[in-house]
Amino acid sequence: MSATPTSRRDLPGIYSKAGSLRAERRWALIWAYISLIISAAILLMPPVYMLITSFKTSREIADQNGNPWIVRDPTLGNYWALIADPMFQGFFFNSVIITLVVVVLTMVISILAAFALSRMRFWGSQVLATGVFLTYLVPDTLLFIPLYQIVGGLGLLNSIWGLILVYPTLTVPFCTWIMIGYFASIPKELDEAALIDGATWPQMLMKIFIPVALPGIIAATIFAFTVSWAAFVYPTAFITTPDQMPLTIGVVSQLVRGDTFAWGQIMAGALLAALPPVIVYAFLMDYYIAGLTAGATKG
Amino acid sequence: MAQVSLRKIVKAYEGGVQAVKGIDLEIADHEFVVLVGPSGCGKSTTLRMIAGLEEITSGDIAIGGTLVNDIPPRDRDIAMVFQNYALYPHMSVYDNMAFGLMLRKFPKAEIDRRVKEAARILDITPLLERKPKALSGGQRQRVAMGRAIVRDPKVFLFDEPLSNLDAKLRVQMRTEIKKVHQTVNTTTVYVTHDQVEAMTLADRVVVMNHGIIEQVGPPQELYHHPATKFVAGFIGSPSMNFIPARLEQASGALRLHLPHDIVLNVPAARTALYQPHAGKDVLFGIRPEHLTDDKATDKANTAPITLKPDVIEPMGMETLVHFKLNGTEVSARLDPATPAAVGAPLSLIAHMDQMHLIDPTTDKVL
Amino acid sequence: MAADASMAPPMTPAPGSGRASTLQRLARRRSSIAVLMTTPLLVVLLGLVAYPAGYGIYLSTLNRRMTGFMEAEWLPNGLGNFEILFESETFWAVALQSCIFAITAVILKALIGFWLAHMLNDIPAKGQRKWRGMLLIPWVIPPALSTLGWWWMFDPSYSSINWLFQVVGIAEVPWLGEKWWARLSIIIVNVWYGAPFFMIMYLAALKSVPEQLYEAAAIDGASSWQRLRYVTLPMMANIISITVLFSLIVTFSNYDIVRVLTNGGPRDLTHVFASYAFQVGILSGNIPRGAAVSLFMFPILAICAFFVLRGVTRRNKEQM
Ligand SMILES: Nc1ncnc2c1ncn2[C@@H]1O[C@H](COP(=O)(O)OP(=O)(O)OP(=O)(O)O)[C@@H](O)[C@H]1O
Ligand SMILES: [Mg+2]
Repeated sequence: MSATPTSRRDLPGIYSKAGSLRAERRWALIWAYISLIISAAILLMPPVYMLITSFKTSREIADQNGNPWIVRDPTLGNYWALIADPMFQGFFFNSVIITLVVVVLTMVISILAAFALSRMRFWGSQVLATGVFLTYLVPDTLLFIPLYQIVGGLGLLNSIWGLILVYPTLTVPFCTWIMIGYFASIPKELDEAALIDGATWPQMLMKIFIPVALPGIIAATIFAFTVSWAAFVYPTAFITTPDQMPLTIGVVSQLVRGDTFAWGQIMAGALLAALPPVIVYAFLMDYYIAGLTAGATKG
Repeated sequence: MAQVSLRKIVKAYEGGVQAVKGIDLEIADHEFVVLVGPSGCGKSTTLRMIAGLEEITSGDIAIGGTLVNDIPPRDRDIAMVFQNYALYPHMSVYDNMAFGLMLRKFPKAEIDRRVKEAARILDITPLLERKPKALSGGQRQRVAMGRAIVRDPKVFLFDEPLSNLDAKLRVQMRTEIKKVHQTVNTTTVYVTHDQVEAMTLADRVVVMNHGIIEQVGPPQELYHHPATKFVAGFIGSPSMNFIPARLEQASGALRLHLPHDIVLNVPAARTALYQPHAGKDVLFGIRPEHLTDDKATDKANTAPITLKPDVIEPMGMETLVHFKLNGTEVSARLDPATPAAVGAPLSLIAHMDQMHLIDPTTDKVL
Repeated sequence: MAADASMAPPMTPAPGSGRASTLQRLARRRSSIAVLMTTPLLVVLLGLVAYPAGYGIYLSTLNRRMTGFMEAEWLPNGLGNFEILFESETFWAVALQSCIFAITAVILKALIGFWLAHMLNDIPAKGQRKWRGMLLIPWVIPPALSTLGWWWMFDPSYSSINWLFQVVGIAEVPWLGEKWWARLSIIIVNVWYGAPFFMIMYLAALKSVPEQLYEAAAIDGASSWQRLRYVTLPMMANIISITVLFSLIVTFSNYDIVRVLTNGGPRDLTHVFASYAFQVGILSGNIPRGAAVSLFMFPILAICAFFVLRGVTRRNKEQM
């Protein structure tokens, strides 16, 4: 900044740099788009191929000649067959019940706990909050064998109620954890104002915290929903007969039978089973992503 | 009937911080009392103990004659306005104001009447359906006040309600608060660190420092008769000059001997008061507005001083000049028309009837 | 100069204010409400996580029929299952495969995710939402189901990937039939499923780096590589390590993909801890041995968990 002549001499340089900067930006942009298009093609390839297959007849699938990536004779037959199949309907029904009960249980447990942990300091609350996070890091495959014995001891093996009992281990720790984060971000003056306005603790939770933290509650609910819907280890271990199976294990174990696979139906089944989480994602993408990132950024 | 009495209130936070160290204060019904003091002196803590948001370590608090030490905030019949307003973000302005009444199971018609009335007083009727997010800072401030007014509580508590507003709005809202108090006439305790707010709003000002009360009194009294050096320096802007001096006996009168061999005569009216301190080192306190250019018509009780300014700050309606007197910063307030230049001798007069003397060992004003 | 005592109104104590007792009662009531509210959580944590964990350790010491402790030759009695596993070649293959799988997959996910996040961050904000929405789809589909699709694409006689390869002149690949190809397939599917998650985490972190920092670096004359090296990476270091460690836990304990894609084959060479524990414990009915297998995951998971927790605590401190 001291010598004016030097800085003046630099000026043309800066201008020419600005030109190259623009070119550089354009190249970066083109490069970004190319990368994104290629990645999107690869990332979307499996679901797209599943969709293609699901529209094919078994004969067309079995035909080894020609391009497998196009449908010559599209049919909805695979879908109709599944939708009309009482067994598949049963899978769907089981999934819905399990998910519904688990989501409600999870949200009640985690909202109550998060409220107490974030606002009513009590003996051991800090330890408990850390415990919540640690259990979130415990994977389901670590405990499914002892849980198998415990659920068996309760006589709940091969029952959706056994699944409902253990699914909260998948959902409650994370949901509690992110709800603690959301509740903690509510300014303390808000509860003080409510206290002065005459609210009791339950009123404060119902009338202030839940409405204000609604985005967080939606994110946590979506998480609980997708996790319960997609759970695989527990149903695979605990359920043996089709009438108690949820969709995931139902599609994987019951549609895949024998040596002659009905690929069209398997793919249609998998897509139908994946539809609810995808729909939720499509409509509530921002909440979904907020929930994903909240685990690490909020906590 | 809503006096507030604090008796020997002590607050020690976990970890041993003594935020309030034994406060006695009686606030009369309908009175507007302002707590001022530097940051961290325990103003908010005191207010929050009155509200019941903070437990008191020892002492007693009574509201309207009832001991409230163990009564939760909702049963103390108080309302509070927070610095960040603490409006419920998911409720409309109307619901924000109605919430407290709703929880107290007021009839719908009564709630409606009170909310509308408060909205009218505060001039926010057109905003009733909006959410707080859609309001400006000043409007939020009004809503927060509305929420307090509708409750018609025994006591209003304000914790720096204006400090999130810009300077112009602050002045406007200050007047507004005063007007509201004149209308509803509810006992009010108001916390601020802005002494102008304190002076303009208060019936009585409570100056706090380090968890104790330095002085309580009406604004004019604090200005003219500060009890301690802290109050003398805290009230008034720019703050009072403190110049080390020696009080000397001179043939029946008293004289102040300042650095640079400046000698000022103490007015005869003060002689009796200061006589016991003759011959001692004192601090000579004089406000910049009482150290002015030599234009006064009434020269009674003034003393001439000639000094060389270091810094000159024209402020428009006045000019501030700063000097160094033996290492002590001294300011004076001039008429902007007075020519002054850095380094050029400037003759001033000190209005000695406005002088203060402070005992440097006790920091008490004599 | 305190307040004048003459103004003091008479103080009538509030009804029933035995001072200390009331205060204590209030405090006790608050914490009993709090305990009541956390009880369901405690039931889940203790009954469904802590107790099964302890029970799992106990199970692993039993013999196959669960009639007594599993005898051991050179280890203390009760650790027989571990002894057998130590001496089993299959088990060591499983351990090796678990590590190869988890480490390779996590590194690839982290790199691809980072790259995708950068590319996304480079395009105009308007289009980002759309692209992000599309790229996250693999993460949204339940992995057991999407793996079915991959299984079909890897099918030995109908592989649509091989068909594409053949179009561009690459030789056919025995995806699931040969040991290393099968292992690679599992990694591919896991990377496909998990990379978008990394992308989302990194993107969120990238967005949280203040724009002024880049401007300041640009004014200081930093090239885009230097900006990445000296601004972006340090700012994101914590979130990267948290995500990587977390992913390591999840990947290491993965079950769905192996179960659907290879079910451990060919010749048990693609089993990871979880699927092997399942095979031994549930399918072959040796519950104690299965419990012992899954317990082997614990030390590695615990180490990762420790570092995740440390990272999160540090991050919280930074954000204060
Ligand atoms: N929850 C707390 N725990 C421990 N110490 C506290 C707590 N709240 C306040 N303090 C301490 O008590 C003292 C008084 O705080 P207080 O908030 O009353 O100050 P204040 O006068 O309102 O200041 P300001 O003008 O900055 O608001 C400060 O030293 C502060 O650090
Ligand atoms: Mg304060």
